[in-house]
Amino acid sequence: MIRFDKVSKVYKRGARPALDRVSLGVERGEFVFLVGASGSGKSTFLRLVLREERATSGRVHVAGREITTLSQWKVPGLRRQIGVVFQDFRLLQNKTVFENVAFAQQVIGRPRHTIAREVPETLELVKLAGKEKRLPHELSGGEQQRVAIARAIVNRPSILLADEPTGNLDPATSAGIMKLLDRINSTGTTVVMATHDEVIVDQMRKRVVQLIDGEVVRDESEGRYVVDSEAAAAAALAGASADRADREARSDRARTGRSA
Amino acid sequence: MSRFRFVLGEIGQGLRRNMSMAISVVLVTFVSLTFVGSAALLQMQIGKMKGEWYDRVEVSVFLCPNGTPRVETCAGGEATQDQIAEIRGILEAPAMDSYVDEIFFETKEQAYEAVRAQAGDEDWFQLLSVDQMQASFRVKLTDPTQIDIVMDEVAGRTGVEEVLDQREIFEPIFLVMNRATVLSVGLAVVMTVTAVLLITTTIRLSAMSRRRETEIMRFVGASNFFIQLPFMLEGALAALLGAVLATGTLWFGVRYGVEDWLSSSVGFVTDYVTTAEVWVIAPILAAIGIAIAAISSLVSLSRYTKV
Repeated sequence: MIRFDKVSKVYKRGARPALDRVSLGVERGEFVFLVGASGSGKSTFLRLVLREERATSGRVHVAGREITTLSQWKVPGLRRQIGVVFQDFRLLQNKTVFENVAFAQQVIGRPRHTIAREVPETLELVKLAGKEKRLPHELSGGEQQRVAIARAIVNRPSILLADEPTGNLDPATSAGIMKLLDRINSTGTTVVMATHDEVIVDQMRKRVVQLIDGEVVRDESEGRYVVDSEAAAAAALAGASADRADREARSDRARTGRSA
Repeated sequence: MSRFRFVLGEIGQGLRRNMSMAISVVLVTFVSLTFVGSAALLQMQIGKMKGEWYDRVEVSVFLCPNGTPRVETCAGGEATQDQIAEIRGILEAPAMDSYVDEIFFETKEQAYEAVRAQAGDEDWFQLLSVDQMQASFRVKLTDPTQIDIVMDEVAGRTGVEEVLDQREIFEPIFLVMNRATVLSVGLAVVMTVTAVLLITTTIRLSAMSRRRETEIMRFVGASNFFIQLPFMLEGALAALLGAVLATGTLWFGVRYGVEDWLSSSVGFVTDYVTTAEVWVIAPILAAIGIAIAAISSLVSLSRYTKV
């Protein structure tokens, strides 16, 4: 579903790359946690999948298409296959719950009868039936995030990207959101979720990809949360190829350089 | 259909949010297009007057009068019969046939009668005598643009005091009207630049206030065209409204200023621009208004609604 082939992303010429020759595949229907400190490259990864950014080098395949060379006018077509959820919900404050979800269908030209059928279905799925007429500020944080998820999946994308969707929520509410994401995943939607949340990762026991300074240091199915320093040490120990060591050294230098 | 309604809703929302900006866009386009329209109407009026007058244009060959000579060719006093015959000969020569349509000789007596007919009641007319008048040839031309050929032929001959191109009488009027056109166009250009800048700013503000909407549109895969359409239509709508106001103003100006007032108070022009001419330039003004909006949209949208 998603395949990164030695992908690097450099935002500013000469600066440390945000992603450094990352190769990674995500199969259809998989659930993947993307973990790592702030600035480790999680968000860059998601932005590359969305073609918000172009890779500096390497190839990015999404839903069977090579998207680094995708022409600009085909980007909307790509994005219709991807749903996105953010930490800060990003709901339209002046629109009701129903209108917020319907918005995602209106702007891609879905006919009204389709909207009238699919929006309530989706709201039912995220357990917001009966709250269609509420405005976002009348909802709890968890409910707002459910609206955002409904909006992301109402067009039935094959991929759902979630950028720290539980970052603003308390643990109990977060657990509810995770249950919802798990259910969406179980219907065949590929889910990639960037998170900091140790508890959630440990509870879910899904595939975990850990990024440090733009490099994949760990990729485990049914993984647990491991702090960066341990993960880095383990990675150095396990795959001590010349190439890896070389890259470690470089990123070490970069880190020392930054702290100096 | 639902798409259409949705876009309309977005436009309405955008205009409501930026009401004062929308109004200023309308007003600026209105003023700028009014100047454009005035310039066009002035030029149309000049065209009409040229058509009306130039067809009737004659060359007047004034012969030397009795009295103190004002020019060298009249040093010999009043034009003699021989001189008059010579000039008539020149004008009637076969070489001039293709230029000269008709020749009319006006004697001093006829000139006197003509003045009396026009100003017989005036006090100064009592001081005028037949002998002070001047005989002249009136030459009607087949083609008014070839006037120089005829003038060159007779000018400077003995017995001819002055050759007058009647077009010259109108030149000052046309000069004033042309200057007014230049002024109008100049102001129109300044106002158009203002309009472009203002629309650009309006679209930027509008795009900023709708940043969240456009961001979500991008993420769910709305096409660029669909995202930018409301902004473009907003600008076009405001510009179109400005064009409508400008057309209305010009219509009122021509209807009451020209058709009612000017044609009754300034009689020497018979053919004035009418409201029909206003309707001719109305679509042009609308097109210019929309073009202004389109250019501003293209400039600002690519910058403020990144896709």
